[in-house]
Amino acid sequence: MKNNLKPTHYFQKDISNCGLTGIISKSGKMVEGGVIIKSITLMHDRGNGLGGGFAAYGIYPDYRDFFALHLMYENLSALQLTEEYLEENFSIEQEEDIPTRRTQAISNPPVFKRYFAKPKQDAQGREAAELKKMTEEDQVVHHIMRINNEIEGAFVVSSGKNMGAFKGVGYPEEIAEFFRLEEYKGYIWTAHNRFPTNTPGWWGGAHPFTLLDWSIVHNGEISSYGINKRYLEMYGYLCTMLTDTEVVAYMLDLLIRKHGLTPEIASLALASPFWDNIDRLPKDERELLTAIRQVYGSALLNGPFAILFASNEGLVGLNDRVKLRPLVCAEKDDFVYMASEEAAIREICPAPDKVWSPRGGEPVIARLNKGVV
Amino acid sequence: MMKIDANGMYYKELNNRIHAAVAAGAEKIDLTNVNGQYYIGDGINRPVIITIQGVPGNDLAAFMNGATIIVRDNGQDNIGNTMNAGKVIVHGHAGDVLGYGMRGGKLHILKDVGYRVGIHMKSFRDNRPVLIAGGKAGDFFGEYMAGGVLILLGMFSDNKEKPKHGFRFGTGMHGGVIYVRGDVDESKLAREVGVFELTAEDRKELEEYLKDYCKDFKLNLKEVLKEKFVKVTPKSSRPYGNMYCPMPR
Repeated sequence: MKNNLKPTHYFQKDISNCGLTGIISKSGKMVEGGVIIKSITLMHDRGNGLGGGFAAYGIYPDYRDFFALHLMYENLSALQLTEEYLEENFSIEQEEDIPTRRTQAISNPPVFKRYFAKPKQDAQGREAAELKKMTEEDQVVHHIMRINNEIEGAFVVSSGKNMGAFKGVGYPEEIAEFFRLEEYKGYIWTAHNRFPTNTPGWWGGAHPFTLLDWSIVHNGEISSYGINKRYLEMYGYLCTMLTDTEVVAYMLDLLIRKHGLTPEIASLALASPFWDNIDRLPKDERELLTAIRQVYGSALLNGPFAILFASNEGLVGLNDRVKLRPLVCAEKDDFVYMASEEAAIREICPAPDKVWSPRGGEPVIARLNKGVV
Repeated sequence: MMKIDANGMYYKELNNRIHAAVAAGAEKIDLTNVNGQYYIGDGINRPVIITIQGVPGNDLAAFMNGATIIVRDNGQDNIGNTMNAGKVIVHGHAGDVLGYGMRGGKLHILKDVGYRVGIHMKSFRDNRPVLIAGGKAGDFFGEYMAGGVLILLGMFSDNKEKPKHGFRFGTGMHGGVIYVRGDVDESKLAREVGVFELTAEDRKELEEYLKDYCKDFKLNLKEVLKEKFVKVTPKSSRPYGNMYCPMPR
């Protein structure tokens, strides 16, 4: 018999990675969306079209004092229930559709709306503030957890001041086109190109993951998800996005905003040095790191990762302790760049003053200058 | 001489054009405006010379068999993956996992290299891969190394404060040799390796390799050889033989 069996698949190498890139102007210069789009698009092949997203800071200067709630609705009843909930608990300064355009690549997207709002200062709000000692931020976190967890089909995509996250199923350049991101300007941008491996590719599962003004993009996998999730639940954080990266956003909120750690110390909790390396350090450092590992053992992120996290303070890049995912950084004037590949930086900054690869577990911290926010 | 402007070109298109040029008998190929294109030089079986302006993407020279690639800028990750023969010269720094499973040929990097450089390099008879880094290295230098030669100079780095090499140097190493200019930080060595003096034969071999390296970058060999070198080799060819089931001696 003649052998005319066709191969069941093409044996070309599959490239499987995620890609991430970030840019910050420390002096608050406004950078157009087109710049970050160009950088992430260079790493097109690090994703597979099942997730792309962006976080942008400084994009809503007219509403800088309000929490910018980006909402995603999978159905009409989710929209109605959420709007009732928001009406009840927030003073809403402005609400509108998030501008999108019809594109060929994006089919059947959910509905996106944004609300510029503050928690209501009625009797209930005052009680929360005075009796439970909840800050405005605490109240917003509480409401986000309730919306995400209790309203079927409604998800808060981002909730910080003067920032927003835009994400969905598609390649990042397609998501950017869908959300018209070239029309925005910001002083910090991060972007992500997703290649989902362990969890579903869906609109809420694209990066960045956010809480208040924290946003995080991540390449890798967090094997300690279960431990981290249970630890966060003790503090009222509920994981609803079906993806490991979500825990990092909440962990940063807990460690930095609630517990008052610096980004440096929080990074040492997320990616603590190994015990044998701690044992070699001088007494002060050894005691500090031992205390961090003892107190925050459940915050340790195990598994390979490169992450970028941003807030209204600045941009931070961090690798796992043994650097199992790539991260390259560069500086040019007051700009700092961080990306999975040097080429993604050189695409938007051909001649940086300095290019380097950070050590595993050693955060690269680029703070906005005082007075920018 | 064949010239290809790679500006904005997708990696498949670029590599198809390179392979077509090689098949058509080109001796020299100049690539300009390269930025991030993967797999350049992969699987090329002829001694062509490819010069790259810009930063080539990951897996440069993977499975390469006899070509020479000269990168005028920095390189990224996974250069020389399973490379068989030929040479890659990088006039800047390069990323992680260089020379992964490399089985022959040379990688000459002028400046710093990343993590896991020389991981699982191997050698067989005349095939002896050589990887030389002129700058400093990240953790896991020579991880699971089974053969070949790694040389670390620590001389040409953009980062003065950075230590010459990282932690877990030689983890799982069970073959081959690493030469380091100056001393190694023994507290950062894996338990599988030891530090030794060079023999006269080692010194002769090392000088041969460095002569070629210095020629590529127009460096002064005497300057490079000014300081003494140490040799790091595995204590055992089977470091994990007793890990799960102790073997009878």
